[in-house]
Amino acid sequence: MSTLTEKEIYELEKSANRIRKHIIRMLTEARSGHTAGSLGMADVFTVLYLKVLNHRPNEPLWEKRDRVVLSNGHICPVLYATMTEAGYFPEEELMTLRKLGSRLQGHPHREHLPGIETTSGPLGCGLSQIAGMAIADRMNHGDSSERYFYCLLSDGELNSGNIWEAGMLVAKERLANVIAVVDRNNIQIDGFTQDIMPLEPLKEKWESWGWSTVEIDGHDIGHITEAFMRAKLEKEKPSMIIAKTIPGKGVSEFEGKYEWHGKVPDEEQGKKALEELDGIDEEIERGK
Amino acid sequence: MKDETSNLNKDIFTDRMEHVSTREGYGKGLLEAGERDERVVLLSADLTGSTAGNYFAERFPERFVQVGVAEQNLVTVASGMGAMGKIPFANSYAVFSPGRNWEQIRTTICYNNQPVKIIGSHVGVSVGPDGGTHQALEDIALMRSLPNMTVISPCDAKEAYKATLAMAKTDTPAYMRLTRDKTPMMTTDDTDFEIGKAMLFYGEAVGKADVGIIATGPLLYRALKVARVLEEKAIKAKVLNLSTVKPLDGEAIAELAEQTEAIVTVEEHQKMGGMGSAVAEFLAVHRPTPMEFIGVDDAFGESGKAEELLEKFKMGEGDILSAVERVMARK
Repeated sequence: MSTLTEKEIYELEKSANRIRKHIIRMLTEARSGHTAGSLGMADVFTVLYLKVLNHRPNEPLWEKRDRVVLSNGHICPVLYATMTEAGYFPEEELMTLRKLGSRLQGHPHREHLPGIETTSGPLGCGLSQIAGMAIADRMNHGDSSERYFYCLLSDGELNSGNIWEAGMLVAKERLANVIAVVDRNNIQIDGFTQDIMPLEPLKEKWESWGWSTVEIDGHDIGHITEAFMRAKLEKEKPSMIIAKTIPGKGVSEFEGKYEWHGKVPDEEQGKKALEELDGIDEEIERGK
Repeated sequence: MKDETSNLNKDIFTDRMEHVSTREGYGKGLLEAGERDERVVLLSADLTGSTAGNYFAERFPERFVQVGVAEQNLVTVASGMGAMGKIPFANSYAVFSPGRNWEQIRTTICYNNQPVKIIGSHVGVSVGPDGGTHQALEDIALMRSLPNMTVISPCDAKEAYKATLAMAKTDTPAYMRLTRDKTPMMTTDDTDFEIGKAMLFYGEAVGKADVGIIATGPLLYRALKVARVLEEKAIKAKVLNLSTVKPLDGEAIAELAEQTEAIVTVEEHQKMGGMGSAVAEFLAVHRPTPMEFIGVDDAFGESGKAEELLEKFKMGEGDILSAVERVMARK
């Protein structure tokens, strides 16, 4: 069902890799931040911002825009890098991440950067905010609204009760224009999600209370696009996309290791990571 | 004598005076706010009737959201609605909201600067038989420490009504605390109300007096009665209604301190972090003045009748009178 041409897939993969390189440069410069989740979600963010969203990067407060809430605000390096790729602000600004006076706060803040819909970082609050936005939108426009409401979640934050409170409400209100994505990367700060607080069977949990739920490969541009497109066509239920990702994706030293949740590369590690990502660029060029 | 300019109830010290709860005044105010502005919406966490949200919910069911027993969800959903142009009121008991969901209020409402109005009912030991679990005594402290937050503690139902209408017109976060019990209706339709403005309810605006009493919430009535008793003893007291705890009306407080040189604060809240603390923080810097505090002294409430509990926790008229004597002795 993916309507992407080979050329589109090629361009999106190139963008995702550029975003990963931005993330490495930003975090190496900032000397603190969250590496694994940021790299892991680069493909989902690329598809969402460059292919799916109805938005105007040069007019971030355009009234008819779709809304995006990043609930797990700590992976904001991928959000900021994707926003530059989409044209919200110049690439140079990325290097100000986490510095005094920067619009790119360590966790995203609405009043600092246009295009950020809500301040986030403390986990578990995003889904209920997107629910509130969708409910208000329905009050304002009824079924004639063409807006979609996207919420990006981490699997670790599904430990939080606030998420389940919101999940019940969204299902009760049958908010079919709510589309949530869980970054199912199996890690959180203290270890693997299975050891900290088991979540499975996750798909069945969401399905059981009325969410249309799919599991996808969160690194396959075609799969991701298809999942978003199907979710947009769903008119009865909210949609939950469980995106299976590899934390630290793209840099072998970081991949799959929970230790890289909240750690950043030093200069040497950063240099090596960028070389590896350059290699991926060449693979994409060659068509793998 | 009571201040004539504040247009108080002429029956204020008689048996004819009406008693209405501040939550009731809020409920009627919200209904009116809803009639005036369609952006006003209500969210409730399974306590719609007992927070007097029922008037609005019945009149505007299409603008009412029921989230169930989920106070974290209550305020974060409200934040999202604020982001889409609504003026959300979020109702619950104060122990649950802002008690249970403080961080969500901090991040998604205050830091986000969304126009959400948190309404916490059932404050103080006067909640009565439900006991200590349900008697919010910390909510002012929780809310006044948050940047961008306004904190309002109305003295009676009419003031709660006016405060609700005033809050609905602002595009910033606000918290209002309400009481369960019916309390004296001291003010009238003609009494002014403005967010951030303290009002003199007893004594003359100009000139010296022996003591200044600053009260917030329905306990203000006890302060007025004490002022009357003092007058019989030829002690001049001025009583200030400090219904907005934040932003603090520093000008009125400094003037009262200047005129009286002795201040007693009266509130149904922990002494720590409450209205008295806010006044003390201000006076310590701007006009150091001897102070005494009426409030709960680092304790939880318990079951009983409102009147019994107010006496037990030393918020009765006798306690205010003693505090006045103590502070005057320290001049």
